Amino acid sequence: MGLKMANVISDETIEYVGILAKLELSGQEKEAAKKSMGEMLDYIDKLNELDTSDVEPMSHVFPVQNVFREDVVSNGDGSGSTLQNAPGAREDMFVVPRTFD
Amino acid sequence: MERGQLLSLSAVELGAAVRAGETTAVEAMEAVLGQIEESESIYHCYVTIDREAALEKAAQVQKKIEAGELTGPLAGVPVAVKDNLCTEGLLTTCASRILENFVPTYSAEAVRNLEKAGAVLVGKTNMDEFAMGSTTETSFYGETKNPCNPEHVPGGSSGGSAAAVAAGECFFALGSDTGGSIRQPASYCGVVGMKPTYGTVSRYGLVAYGSSLDQIGPLTKTVEDCAVVLEAIASHDPKDSTSIAREDTDFSGALVNDVKGMRFGIPRDYFGEGLDPEVRQAVLRAAELLKGQGAIVDEFDLSLVEYAIPTYYTIAAAEASSNLERFDGIKYGYRAQDAQGLHQMYKKTRSQGFGPEVKRRIMLGSFVLSSGYYDAYYLKALKVKAMIKKAFDRAFEKYDCILGPVAPTTAPKLGESLSDPMKMYLGDIYTISVNLAGLPGISVPCGKDSKGLPVGLQLIGDCFQEKKLIRAAYTYEQSSKGGKE
Repeated sequence: MGLKMANVISDETIEYVGILAKLELSGQEKEAAKKSMGEMLDYIDKLNELDTSDVEPMSHVFPVQNVFREDVVSNGDGSGSTLQNAPGAREDMFVVPRTFD
Repeated sequence: MERGQLLSLSAVELGAAVRAGETTAVEAMEAVLGQIEESESIYHCYVTIDREAALEKAAQVQKKIEAGELTGPLAGVPVAVKDNLCTEGLLTTCASRILENFVPTYSAEAVRNLEKAGAVLVGKTNMDEFAMGSTTETSFYGETKNPCNPEHVPGGSSGGSAAAVAAGECFFALGSDTGGSIRQPASYCGVVGMKPTYGTVSRYGLVAYGSSLDQIGPLTKTVEDCAVVLEAIASHDPKDSTSIAREDTDFSGALVNDVKGMRFGIPRDYFGEGLDPEVRQAVLRAAELLKGQGAIVDEFDLSLVEYAIPTYYTIAAAEASSNLERFDGIKYGYRAQDAQGLHQMYKKTRSQGFGPEVKRRIMLGSFVLSSGYYDAYYLKALKVKAMIKKAFDRAFEKYDCILGPVAPTTAPKLGESLSDPMKMYLGDIYTISVNLAGLPGISVPCGKDSKGLPVGLQLIGDCFQEKKLIRAAYTYEQSSKGGKE
């Protein structure tokens, strides 16, 4: 990890992350993203100062376990009001742009 | 009661006045709406206000109070709710273009708990877009201004909620805190704000940002209001699998004016470079005052403080990139019109719908979770998080509360922060580790700087020790009133 990440973030990386993030960035936005992501990652690299080889990653602060419940419907039929929020709806369906040609 | 007199009451005082028949829920709502009429065009605390619904609801609540059906301390009290908490039938935008037309079909559990208590919704408060920011300037709907000085930001991301309380445009408000988003605006606006222990308030209906860090909490005029509101919104909710069944949620019982023998630790690492001398002075004066009331106060080294921000931004961005995948123009919100095919529609919708700060964090989060970088960044951050939690565990073996500043400075001027995001991120240094460790933290006003801007005192407790925080904050508030901070 000797390399500064700012130098590692290439145009291809930004392109690839744009695909993962489902974002279409303009040329200007890509340049800005390259710069700010490089800066942030350089800063995050500070964590490498710490030896974490004996540390378990902590995703939750409490020793919680999966919470299970019976699969029972507890709310009413909200499909009408739910579909009212849809940018495109027909009968009781969401309308989406053409997916296959 | 006339308006000025009404608006000077705390939420609890107002509730008592309504129950005593000295005023009504409708009169209280009219007072708040009158204040909004007067000052909202300057401060812009709200994204959405539904005056008619608010007055109608107030009238319904008043009837229930008179019929003896609503008897609690918050019955008839007008409340403002941050615009990332779902409210059934009322626009909920997260201050983003992508949710410009989203009307939830259900209310957040915390909002329902307040409704059950008889509090009456005024409207939805402005915030940083999707709670990403520290100034409320990343809102798609324009910035909120600090009622203490409108040339300055109110803080963020719950800036609209803090400003609405400070401006008398509500009697109390709800916010959400992922890295300091309740405590920091409370500090900047001179009100009380609390982030409870993770899991204390259900996150059901809170639009998720960093799910492992997000927690809903009160912004209020007084510590007493804070305790009473927290008591009302805390609940075990099967709809939120991280919600905790607590039995010690009678927080108002902790409003005790006595800190004799309580141990306070001041982390030396919170008082180093970057801390404004006036903030430092105000916070240390607060520590002296508690000492004068019989508290035991000493300094210690918390350690790892400089690692909290990089850890936080890695985890929060990773969770945000995942949580915000749902905004795709299909089920609700904005949809780009000029797209060819489904995939392009997703991309255009998200690119047009999200603002720059949100995109920045989604990009960073997608990167740290991507294959090849997951271990080096995301997993590393989860390990450092474990170390930070341990550092707090050690501190709470010795102390009841950790005492320090909320933020390194008072509220910056509008427009000063967005040009340098890194500097803005550094402003979260004292609040962020509290979220990483799941701890409760409270911000209490502790004086003003020479520009007249409020300073906040932060008290941090061990998990589930809100009562210690409330007791200490209440004692501080009561004893500083005498000296008139």
